[in-house]
Amino acid sequence: MRFTLPAASDIAQRVDVLFYAMIALTGIVALGVLVVLVVFCVRYRARSGADRTNPPTSKRWLELGWTFTPLAIFLGIFVWAALVYARFYTPASGAMTIFVVGKQWMWKAEHANGRREIDELHLPVGEPVRLVLSTEDVIHSFYVPAFRIKQDAVPGRYTSIAFTPTQVGEYWLHCAEYCGTDHARMGGRVVVMAPAAFAKWLQEGNASASLAALGFELFRRKGCSGCHAAGSTVHAPDLAGVYGRVVHLEDGREVLADEGYLRDSILLPKKDVVAGFAPIMPSFQGQLDEGELAALITYLKENK
Amino acid sequence: MTVTNYLTEGFTLRSWLTTRDHKRIAILYAVAITAFFFLGGAAASLMRLELVTPQGDLVSAETYNKLFTIHGVIMVWFFLIPSIPSVLGNFLVPLMIGARDMAFPRLNLTSWYLFVLGGLFTVAALIAGGVDTGWTFYVPYSTAYSQTNVILVLVGVFIAGFSSILTGLNIIVTVHKLRAPGLTWFRLPLFIWASYATSLILLLATPVLAMTLALVALERFFHVGIFDPAFGGDPLLFQHLFWFYSHPAVYIMVLPAMGVASEIIPCFARRPVFGYRFMAYAILGIASIGFLVWGHHMFVSGQSMYAGMVFSMLSFLVAIPSAIKVFNWTATLYKGSIVFSAPMLYALGFVGLFMIGGMTGLFLAALALDVHLTDTYFVIAHFHYIMVGGSVMAYLGAIHFWWPKISGRMYPEMLGRIAAITVFFGFNLTFFPQYLLGWLGMPRRYHEYPPEFQLLNLFSSAGAAVLAIGYVLPLVYLTWSLLRGARAPANPWHATGLEWQTTSPPPQHNFEREPHVTQGPYAYDPVR
Repeated sequence: MRFTLPAASDIAQRVDVLFYAMIALTGIVALGVLVVLVVFCVRYRARSGADRTNPPTSKRWLELGWTFTPLAIFLGIFVWAALVYARFYTPASGAMTIFVVGKQWMWKAEHANGRREIDELHLPVGEPVRLVLSTEDVIHSFYVPAFRIKQDAVPGRYTSIAFTPTQVGEYWLHCAEYCGTDHARMGGRVVVMAPAAFAKWLQEGNASASLAALGFELFRRKGCSGCHAAGSTVHAPDLAGVYGRVVHLEDGREVLADEGYLRDSILLPKKDVVAGFAPIMPSFQGQLDEGELAALITYLKENK
Repeated sequence: MTVTNYLTEGFTLRSWLTTRDHKRIAILYAVAITAFFFLGGAAASLMRLELVTPQGDLVSAETYNKLFTIHGVIMVWFFLIPSIPSVLGNFLVPLMIGARDMAFPRLNLTSWYLFVLGGLFTVAALIAGGVDTGWTFYVPYSTAYSQTNVILVLVGVFIAGFSSILTGLNIIVTVHKLRAPGLTWFRLPLFIWASYATSLILLLATPVLAMTLALVALERFFHVGIFDPAFGGDPLLFQHLFWFYSHPAVYIMVLPAMGVASEIIPCFARRPVFGYRFMAYAILGIASIGFLVWGHHMFVSGQSMYAGMVFSMLSFLVAIPSAIKVFNWTATLYKGSIVFSAPMLYALGFVGLFMIGGMTGLFLAALALDVHLTDTYFVIAHFHYIMVGGSVMAYLGAIHFWWPKISGRMYPEMLGRIAAITVFFGFNLTFFPQYLLGWLGMPRRYHEYPPEFQLLNLFSSAGAAVLAIGYVLPLVYLTWSLLRGARAPANPWHATGLEWQTTSPPPQHNFEREPHVTQGPYAYDPVR
């Protein structure tokens, strides 16, 4: 039995400091209230000789004091916790993107070089990682307690979470959102390795082409290139370098072309029509699985 | 010759099932929710037995999932929500404001029948094989993947919801229109303030639940694209709608408990409640801010980071009035003359456990901490401290406090104290280890778990056994007291509420003469 949890990511250490600070703060207040409660209970028990003249029924300064003091402290904690939370969603530039797909009842991960793994996730220590999560059926939640990270995988969209593993080791990986019969068995382990060992692991046993190469092949085979390639006779947006750009839409909105935008543009092309183009693209809903989508999007990201 | 009271007005089953007397309807509710409580408790006991070992060896994964679903559905909608509002609210609101009955007596009986009908659907689902969606019915699992009796339970909760709405409406109108002469708003006992605020939530939030559950049923039957992205819907929309009801629902459970504590503590400390106005405003504050915090259930759901920040800040705000109440109950003991009767022990236990539950709520409102703690046993421990340590403790305290008025008999005081202490220790042994389990990363709704969590799970299961004893005890001695308990005087606690000015048990029309109120509540004096 152990009563501590390894703190194996950059964020884990920050979360722990916040946790122990709050334990101290709430512990002091709880203990204080308890002591006062017990003292009053003993001192003012019936038939004790304590002075009971003029029990106060209200004390304005006291009541305002115990309203606004907690308020100030709470706002401080709110800001602190929000600043740490924001780090989950602001990946370091150049963070390694890994696609993770949930499915009743397993986690599948796809590395950029095409290496796939099931119910395991291998990561290099010290390198910023960004997980892009999706699911093939119901909602799942990717949870690694040692990293203090958790993020739901939601049908029909991408979600993501960013962190940097800081300790070599093996850690539990769970599904934290109830997903049906074998929910408790959905998971496995996260293996954090030294960078050299990780690089070796990434290469060995990888028979597949890289995600980007798979995506390029899909780009041609599914007919995307017929309209989107340079020199096409169909009037369609040029996709070279689209990732990370701000796109102006027909209805006047501006969106950042991230994985979610590219996903929607493939599956729900009527949702975000680019300014100056007719909404003629057919939907590819039902024609691409999550792995193929990840490959296509990786290709688009790298097609500068 | 015995004096007639509401219990002796009729002895046939028919006289009970057709009654329009708010006090008899309260008894009908009490019987129904007690049955549901022990049904939901049985499900929890089986879960705790399963979790004694890390392997899933007592029941199958399917059965375990059905157990926690039915435990949640029954305890939330068929015990906690109707517990204090429908049992004690029905019994006490007219008595405390000096009225002859609720504003709409027939509607009141209708509410009970709707509640029972909803309960029958839920029990039917159980008999037909159960349901495995979790009480939260998250889509698309509930709409497209679960193979169990989802529709039956949805219909059951939908119907029971109308019972909530109508009870809320009835209490609101009663408090507005039927107060005795002289009983101004700021002379109302805090239990009335709490019942009133609770009724507002029942009336405003429950329709959203009803609509949401109806949409889930529609989508399951006809594949309408509301929530399932496969048909063009949005699963997060479901979560927003569900928690828009289900977060305020927590306040439906705990505001009445606060009301109860605010009656019991002044009575047994023999002095006026400290900071009456702040207490009343705090109740209204909780009820209104409580409507704006639902998104704190969704910090890792994929909702926008900025939405998360707004909901986090509002969640810290809603903790302020709760903190005020804890401080005020404590201050009420100062210069009191405290008697530690069973209701007082329950009330003091309530204050302590509610404080721990509330403080751990701050951990979950803090965004970065919630990411780690949500969907783990930390959350389970947190809301059981509020709902069981808070609401159930207060419910039991209230049952003991008003037992002489309800039944006309005294309960055995020593057994009452023993039960209160047993419940307190059993509760802490059951749920405190779950905070540690959650911090160490044990996810909720797990039929099996990593072996390093076994010791803490053992403590928790042992605690559940103690807690079960603590809950069966009152059932036994209160039933016994109905036949053998000493006859209760009109006002055994020398309490100040209007309900104590009439006989125990009260006559059918509550008061022989309409009371006239000339002062505020809690006119206790510790020196006398």
